[in-house]
Amino acid sequence: MTRVFIARDAAALALGADAVAAALAPHATVVRTGSRGMHWLEPLVEVETPAGRIAYGPVDVADVPGLLAAGMLTGGAHALCLGVTEAIPFLARQTRLTFARCGVVDPLSLDDYRAHGGFIGLQKAIEAGAAATIDTVLKSGLRGRGGAGFPTGIKWKTTADAEGDRKYIVCNADEGDSGTFADRMLMEGDPFSLIEGMAIAGLSTGATKGYVYTRSEYPHAIATFDAALAVARAAGMLGPDVFGSGQTFDIEQRVGAGAYVCGEETALLESLEGKRGQVRAKPPLPAHKGLFGCPTVVNNVITLATVPCILRDGPEAYQAIGMGRSRGTMPIQLAGNVRFGGLFEAGFGVSLGDLVNDIGGGTLSGRPVRAVQVGGPLGAYFPPFLFDTPFDYEAFAARDGLIGHGGIVVFDDTVDLAKQARFAMEFCAAESCGKCTPCRIGSTRGMETMDKITAGTAVAANTALLRDLCHTMKFGSLCALGGFIPYPVLSALDHFPEDFRP
Amino acid sequence: MPVFESFNADRAADIIAAHAGREGASLPILHALQHAFGCVPSDAVPLVAKALNLSRAEVHGIVTFYHEFRRTPPGKHVLQLCRAEACQALGADRLAEAVRTRLGVDWHGTTEDGDVTLEPVFCLGLCSVGPAALLDGTPLARLNADKIVTALESAA
Repeated sequence: MTRVFIARDAAALALGADAVAAALAPHATVVRTGSRGMHWLEPLVEVETPAGRIAYGPVDVADVPGLLAAGMLTGGAHALCLGVTEAIPFLARQTRLTFARCGVVDPLSLDDYRAHGGFIGLQKAIEAGAAATIDTVLKSGLRGRGGAGFPTGIKWKTTADAEGDRKYIVCNADEGDSGTFADRMLMEGDPFSLIEGMAIAGLSTGATKGYVYTRSEYPHAIATFDAALAVARAAGMLGPDVFGSGQTFDIEQRVGAGAYVCGEETALLESLEGKRGQVRAKPPLPAHKGLFGCPTVVNNVITLATVPCILRDGPEAYQAIGMGRSRGTMPIQLAGNVRFGGLFEAGFGVSLGDLVNDIGGGTLSGRPVRAVQVGGPLGAYFPPFLFDTPFDYEAFAARDGLIGHGGIVVFDDTVDLAKQARFAMEFCAAESCGKCTPCRIGSTRGMETMDKITAGTAVAANTALLRDLCHTMKFGSLCALGGFIPYPVLSALDHFPEDFRP
Repeated sequence: MPVFESFNADRAADIIAAHAGREGASLPILHALQHAFGCVPSDAVPLVAKALNLSRAEVHGIVTFYHEFRRTPPGKHVLQLCRAEACQALGADRLAEAVRTRLGVDWHGTTEDGDVTLEPVFCLGLCSVGPAALLDGTPLARLNADKIVTALESAA
C-alpha cells in the first residue's frame, strides 16, 4: 500500500490528525511522524510518490473521501494539494539542521534515524575522543539555545576538567516560555537526536548519567521520549557500553510540576534533587558543583540535539552559517496572532520584520501588527519600527530585548500594552521562587503600581516609581525571572506610552 | 477519564516504596501519589517524610511549591486552559471569562456537579494554534467557548 505521513505532534493532534489518520488507514499505510512545523497546514497529509512526498493540507476528516476520489494516493490534483512538500516556500527557505528529520521520520524508528544521518556524529565523537569532541563543539560556535547563549564548548570543557566522582548531563526540557515549542516538537518528532547529543556530551565530559527534566504540560513529549529511551536502551545505545565505546551512559526522564522558575538551571537542579525549585546563587557554577554537588552540564534540548549534526558535518559547516557571534541556525517559533504559525529554522541574521510579515504572513486576524514579544514572558515587546532588528543575540540585546529560546508572539492592533505589562508582573509574582526580595516583593508591588497607573492615580509619579522598581529588579534579582521581567514592562512603557495614559 | 482510588495508607506506602530509592525521589513520589489518588492527600505527607528522612514541614513545602500538586481530588474531567501571552494574542482572556461564566467556576474550581475542574496553565507549547487547552490530557486548539462546551459534552 502507498505510504502516507501524518504528524503525531501535539499541535497536529489538537487539530484532528488522529481522525484523519484513522480515515486513511484502510486505504494506505499510515506512518505517524513529527510535524514539519507548518502548523497552519495541520493536519498535513503527505503521500509518498515517485516525485517525492506530495502534501495536502489542512485536511479535515470530511475531506478524506473527496481527496481519495481525486487520486490523492498517487499525488492527484485537489484544492488542498500543496505540491511537493519540500518545495513549499515556508520549508524551502529554511536551513534545517537540528530539525532536518523532524516531520520526515517515524520518531521511534532507529532504522529511519540511521537512514537519515543519525548516529554518525556519535560514532565520530567516539573515534575522535573526548578532547577533540569538545574542541569541535567549541569551534562550531554553538551557544546555548535555552536563551542565555553561553558557549556550549566552554561549558563542556569546564565540566570535563572539574574533579568529581560522578558527573551529570542535565537536559533542560522545561520549555515554559509562551510562544516556544521547539523542544516539544523535537522530543515528539526526533527524540533520538537528543539522546545522541546527550550521549556525546556524556562521553566527552566523563558523565555517566543524564537527566531530562521535561515539563508536565507536555504529556505527548514525555511519552514519546520515554518510548525512545526504551528503544535506545534495548539497542545498546545507552547503558554500560554505549555504542561499543566501553563507556557507560544512561538517561532518565523526570517530569516537572508546573513551576516556570524550574526552567532556570539552578532551580531545575534543586527540583531534580527533590526540593522546592528555588534558585541557587552562582558561583559555584553547575559545571563545578551542579546536581547533588557534582560537576554538571546543563543544556537546553535544542543545544544538545544540534551537537550530532555538528560532529557529523564538521564545525566549519556550522560555523559558516549565521551572523556576528551568533553562529549556526536557530529554530524560530512563530506564534500568537500570526497567519503562518509554526517553526522556521534558519541561520541567525533574518530580520524580525521578515520573520513576522513575510514568513509569518502578518496577523491571523488580518489586522495590522502592533507589537511582537520576542523571547517569552521575559522578552521585550517590539514595535514595527524596530522590525529591522536582525535575529541575533547581540542585536536584540542592543535594543533592550532578547531572543531567548526563539519564540515570537505576534499581537494585532487590539493589544493593550499596559495590560501586557501588568501581566508580566502578575506572572512574575505567581512564579517567583521567593528566594530573593526584588523578585518576590517587587513583582507584587509592580502589579499594584501598574494598577494605579491604569486607574489614572498620580500617573507621572507612579511611572517613575515603576521604572525605579524595574531597575531594582533588573540589577538586584538572583536570576533571570526577576532580572528580565523589566524587559516586557519597560519596552511596553517606552514603545507604547499611549497605552499607559488614563 | 481518570478514575482515582480513595486514600489508603498501605497503598500509599507501596507507591512511596517503589520510588524511594531513586535519586531526588520526592517529585516522582508525589507524581505517583497524585496519579493514584488524584491529589497528594495530607495523610500521605508524613509517610513521604518518613521514607525520605525529611521533616513533614519540608515535604509540605515541596508539595505546596509546585502548582501541579493538588490537595483534593479534581472533578471527573480536568480542563487546563492556557492563559499565556501567545494565547492572549488570540483572545484567551475573553475565552477564559466565557468559560468561567458558562461553567460557573473560578480558576482551580470544580463545577457543582463535580464534572469539570478548571485549571489555568501557562503554556502548552501549542502557541501557533491557540487558544489552546488540554482536556484530560488531550490537546485542543483554535478554541472558542462553543468548541470547549462541545468537547466537554463529548467527554462526559
